[in-house]
Amino acid sequence: MLIAESILLTIATAATPLLIAALGELVVERSGVLNLGVEGMMVMGAVCGFGAAFVTGSPWIGVGAGILAGVAMAALFALLTLGIAANQVATGLALTLLGLGLSGMVGEPFVGRSGAKMPVLDIPVLSDIPLIGRLIFGQDPIFYASILLVVGVSWFLFRTRAGLTLRSVGDNHGSAHALGIPVLRYRVLAVLFGGACAGLAGAHLSLVYTPQWVENMSAGRGWIALALVVFASWRPWRVVAGAYLFGAVSIGQLHAQALGIGIPSQFLSALPYLATIVVLVLISRNRRLTLINTPACLGQPFVPGR
Amino acid sequence: MKKSLMFLAAASLCFAMAPTAHAQDKTKACFVYIGPKTDGGWTQAQDVGRMYAQEKLGDKVETQYVESVPEGPDAERVIERFARSGCDIIFTTSFGYMDQTVAVAAKFPDVKFEHATGYKTAPNLTTYNSRFYEGRYIIGQIAGKMSKTGVAGYIASFPIPEVVMGINAFLLGAQSINPDFKLKVVWVNTWHDAGKEADAAKALIDQGVDILTQHTDSAAPMQIAEERGIHAFGQAFDQIEAGPKAQLSAIIDTWGPYYEKQIQAVIDGTWKGGESTWDGLKDGILTMAPYTNMPDDVKKMAEETEAKIKSGELHPFTGPVKKQDGSEWLKDGEVSDDGTLLGMNFYVAGVDDKLPQ
Repeated sequence: MLIAESILLTIATAATPLLIAALGELVVERSGVLNLGVEGMMVMGAVCGFGAAFVTGSPWIGVGAGILAGVAMAALFALLTLGIAANQVATGLALTLLGLGLSGMVGEPFVGRSGAKMPVLDIPVLSDIPLIGRLIFGQDPIFYASILLVVGVSWFLFRTRAGLTLRSVGDNHGSAHALGIPVLRYRVLAVLFGGACAGLAGAHLSLVYTPQWVENMSAGRGWIALALVVFASWRPWRVVAGAYLFGAVSIGQLHAQALGIGIPSQFLSALPYLATIVVLVLISRNRRLTLINTPACLGQPFVPGR
Repeated sequence: MKKSLMFLAAASLCFAMAPTAHAQDKTKACFVYIGPKTDGGWTQAQDVGRMYAQEKLGDKVETQYVESVPEGPDAERVIERFARSGCDIIFTTSFGYMDQTVAVAAKFPDVKFEHATGYKTAPNLTTYNSRFYEGRYIIGQIAGKMSKTGVAGYIASFPIPEVVMGINAFLLGAQSINPDFKLKVVWVNTWHDAGKEADAAKALIDQGVDILTQHTDSAAPMQIAEERGIHAFGQAFDQIEAGPKAQLSAIIDTWGPYYEKQIQAVIDGTWKGGESTWDGLKDGILTMAPYTNMPDDVKKMAEETEAKIKSGELHPFTGPVKKQDGSEWLKDGEVSDDGTLLGMNFYVAGVDDKLPQ
């Protein structure tokens, strides 16, 4: 395998969970809800995904369980913030804490075990193309799912009537309500979708990235996904750019270290964060465009009839 | 729902921290952990040690622990809470708890403190450590024999003396077999991030290393080694399940007997402060996992080296050794003193990396 090809594959693996979780959160935030519990939903997805795959021997069932775990966590969030209009920031943080603790408890029997790994979908002949063959035609199924998600979310938000409605709910829930749009129904569905994505991202961690369960294995990736959404100014394709840039710099700095380039490793470790912030700030420099894209009702509770 | 859950969480936390009613009859030993007790590495090995001591001492002792305590001000709060709640002896099990342990020990002269891998002591504060470098020298020798490319990869956490010492010991072991042996080092700046450790492993393999070793806590690098068909060494814990064909051996931390001994000393009233224990292979504080996936002659060599280190015939840091910049560190036959090892802030010759300062 060419070294460049291998590096590209590693980058794709590192970027995929960030991309999936960020896309889910993007839809949630476009509907006007701020769910800071991505990390908690992700880690629950990871533990349930691994656990189900370990018990049944099927990574596919694992992926399903990971998604369901994310949805269940999101449902709890929806119940509290949309059902009884609890503070979204506090509830999101609580969801993260709950997820981290609960996953440690649920995952105890699986520590140190090697589970079922997601197989690679190798498309014959095409995957033998040098450099890009394996990258495009020889990846794990969750990678393909992430690409479909980008296209799907982008199309849904900006090319469908339901997407337009969802965005209007996020921009002005009062007006949307006055027009007879079921605001809460849209938000609940968006939150559940976000949970499914975070759960899938978690399942990627424990079934593809590092096929094992270790406590806290999301290691802050949920927070990076949250930051990517903001820096990408709520545009799906910019999330792709951000996730892959972050992945590329993370992997690049490891290679720079292994080459023995005399740059302090602490600086190199900080580089992915710095580079992603700088680039995304640059591309969203146009303040007017950013304002247009920012959901105006983000984080505000909606109580019908008030 | 959320409120009751949070109440439950808070209540269980209080319960875990609260002194029990009849604490006086039993000696209470408390442990502060840096990671979750099921991390499959460092903290899990600590917890196995705690459970060993609890089982051996039975009714005479009661043990408590708090997991995932970050280094810094949080650690001081947790240690102080333990001290107030009637712990007789407190084990703080990470290098980064050093200054916090010293600070709390000064406030509670009647409580006994033990800090792992540090170098500051007090009248009621003892340090304990394991000579991990002895194991690293052995795996270095195995790497020297098994590597075809003559380059190994080392996944390192933070540039503290403990880690630097391990890197040097590994390389000296490898160079005792192959004088031209080279080492590539990648710092991930975390103890515990499986994904990052896996990425570092992939980067090192892509750059031509055919043996991996690590000073981080997860088994992810072992899995990558297995997947890519190269060899690796387990860290803190036997990781053979993650790498049945990849693992050559593993350095296993065995803290239990030490904890049993020290808690027994507290019960007997013979515990001494201001001590620095630094035990090695001969004391059983670290053990080697079975030597697997290697030819018999390499296995024999590893066993011989292990026996020599145990008998004191061989010290891994014996001259002649040059520093990375080419200057002489140890003259022919000279053995490094423990102080230099514990404060180690330089590489030996042959490391393909610049030490972060």
